[in-house]
Amino acid sequence: MDPVISVENLSKQYVIGHRQGEQGGSLRELISAGAGRFARRLFNPLAHRSSERTTELFHALHGVSFQVAQGERIGIIGRNGAGKSTLLKLLSRITEPSGGRIAIRGRVSSLLEVGTGFHPELTGRENIYLNGAILGMSRAEIRRKFDAIVDFAEIDRFLDTPVKRYSSGMYVRLAFAVAAHLEPEILIVDEVLAVGDAQFQKKCFGKMEEIGQEGRTVLFVSHNMTAIRSLCSRALLLHQGALVLDDDVATAIDGYLGGSCEQVHRLEWSEGAAAPQNSSALLRRIAACDRNGVLLETITTDTELQIEIVFAVKSAGASIGLTLIVHDTDNSCVFSSINNSEPNWYGAPMPVGTYRSVCIIPGRLLNNRRYTVTVNLFGKSFTDLVTVREALRLEVLDGVAVRRDYFGEYGGYLRPDLEWSTARV
Amino acid sequence: MSENQPPVTIIEAGQSVRHYWRDLWRYRELLFFLCWRDILVRYKQTVLGIAWSILKPFLTMVVFTLIFSRLAKLPAGNVPYPVMVFAALLPWQFIATAFTEAGMSLTGNANLISKVYFPRMIIPASTILVSLVDLLLASIVLLGLMFWYDFLPDWRLAALPLFMLLAAASALAAGLWVAALNVRFRDVANVIPFVIQFSLFASPVGFRSEVVPEHLRILFSLNPLVGVIDGFRWALLRGSAPLYWPALLYSVLLVSVLLLAGIRYFRITEKRFADII
Repeated sequence: MDPVISVENLSKQYVIGHRQGEQGGSLRELISAGAGRFARRLFNPLAHRSSERTTELFHALHGVSFQVAQGERIGIIGRNGAGKSTLLKLLSRITEPSGGRIAIRGRVSSLLEVGTGFHPELTGRENIYLNGAILGMSRAEIRRKFDAIVDFAEIDRFLDTPVKRYSSGMYVRLAFAVAAHLEPEILIVDEVLAVGDAQFQKKCFGKMEEIGQEGRTVLFVSHNMTAIRSLCSRALLLHQGALVLDDDVATAIDGYLGGSCEQVHRLEWSEGAAAPQNSSALLRRIAACDRNGVLLETITTDTELQIEIVFAVKSAGASIGLTLIVHDTDNSCVFSSINNSEPNWYGAPMPVGTYRSVCIIPGRLLNNRRYTVTVNLFGKSFTDLVTVREALRLEVLDGVAVRRDYFGEYGGYLRPDLEWSTARV
Repeated sequence: MSENQPPVTIIEAGQSVRHYWRDLWRYRELLFFLCWRDILVRYKQTVLGIAWSILKPFLTMVVFTLIFSRLAKLPAGNVPYPVMVFAALLPWQFIATAFTEAGMSLTGNANLISKVYFPRMIIPASTILVSLVDLLLASIVLLGLMFWYDFLPDWRLAALPLFMLLAAASALAAGLWVAALNVRFRDVANVIPFVIQFSLFASPVGFRSEVVPEHLRILFSLNPLVGVIDGFRWALLRGSAPLYWPALLYSVLLVSVLLLAGIRYFRITEKRFADII
């Protein structure tokens, strides 16, 4: 059978850099940039052209080829910036490719965002019609499905209230409800399960499964491996704009979880090299290990982490203090910890020798995001600071222990597994 | 196209979308929905609601009548001055608002452009449609005025749809250009109000074209709005403003060229809108 989607050697480039002659910038900037070049050439006619700031190309996607058969449900996975959204935008014709070719057989609906085109001033009823039309439904089609949409969204009492007065939950429910009633031959979905409360998410998830079982072709982007695993049969793994793996869903997810790029799980200083040090001690090694001291390959939200700090005391009798600071990638401090709970050596004079300190970050605490770990070492009576900024870079992947039956996103820097209880009073 | 052979869409770099006009036709309902949305939103939380559509042109007409006829004492011929002004205010207001709204329309709908596909031309086109609805509503005022002054149009009224078409075409032509340009150069948004202001004085709205000295008439007629507005007056006011053919033909020609070039420019640039908006 012929493929419904056939992608050949697809690529997309964006121009980045300061001189945005191709891409945008105001007219004045364009003119002044031109004048600046002219002036430079005027005053320095021998300067080589290449000394000018050239435009830089960013390859959001390159050389991607794959085929999709009728009724397949395909997950698209990869880290942030891997090109997933770009691929969806090209497939849904929002932007044009820089190279390559896509052939699509059938009607495509893409859902890159929930509630695109919702107008806050309009009522729920009006927005159903508007959003439906924007997503490509005809008026007759919307009228036919209207009751089902209202039912699904559970907002019938607020149908004639402007959506600006809706709670965010209601808003999202209504938006998803409209989208869920699309009946395209090919459905392209970007991370929309990450909305609403747990109960509604379950409902959305059920709807997605239903769509898949109806024999529609579905392309589904998500960071949520649980959702990908249960919805899709096959997955494409993108990395830095290239398709690195096109396989059944289990293999592709393993590839995603295993591929530890740009992560630093260990930092070591060899003997005699310029290790970070003060007059009392020098650092030998900082590493993220498991309970047995084995370097961790993959970290999920379930993993218990041992941050290992190995240092050598140079001058006898020094008392060494250690602190650990965990930052988010946006550089906000998530938490920090001091070794003053350490029972054996804290505050005590240490003989010359090599020591191994371990700080345990329990499982079910971190969220699935990237963190950096900064280590401070203090010498004599907590002065004489040595800092190793961003010694470790950890990417914590999504685990299942805390999430249980929830499929959505967890907000915040941490995802602690807190205890809940309910009793009838 | 049979049931089991759905249409194939080919997406390639640099290729203009095939079946563009078929797509445009398929999305025609969206055109009406966007138009409907804009009209609906405009009068939400207003007390007078849709009455504003009639009140606004009426008030403008009162101001014009006071300034041009009472203070500046410009002649109106044998036509009641308010009727004369209003017959020109209709097309001018239509083109001015359609042009402004169309110019801002793409940037105002940036979220749609970056998240959903549809032929982008629908967005500026829907703003033209909104202004057309305003024009029809404002015509009620003109009708009232004509009854009040007992100055009803004759057979020439039959030509009015043609001039409406010309007005809509000029609004769309200018609108497509500014809308597409504004996506890349936001400077355009700042220029629009000046163009509108200037065009009010350069167009025969508060005065008759005959007031312009003969030797300046050609220069005056370089403004394509002159042909449109005089056409409206001719059709509505029993020909009391005679048609000045050179100006009219020039208008038709210029508008056609601008429109065709505008469509072309729009279609070349629209594929990149989502990247630069």
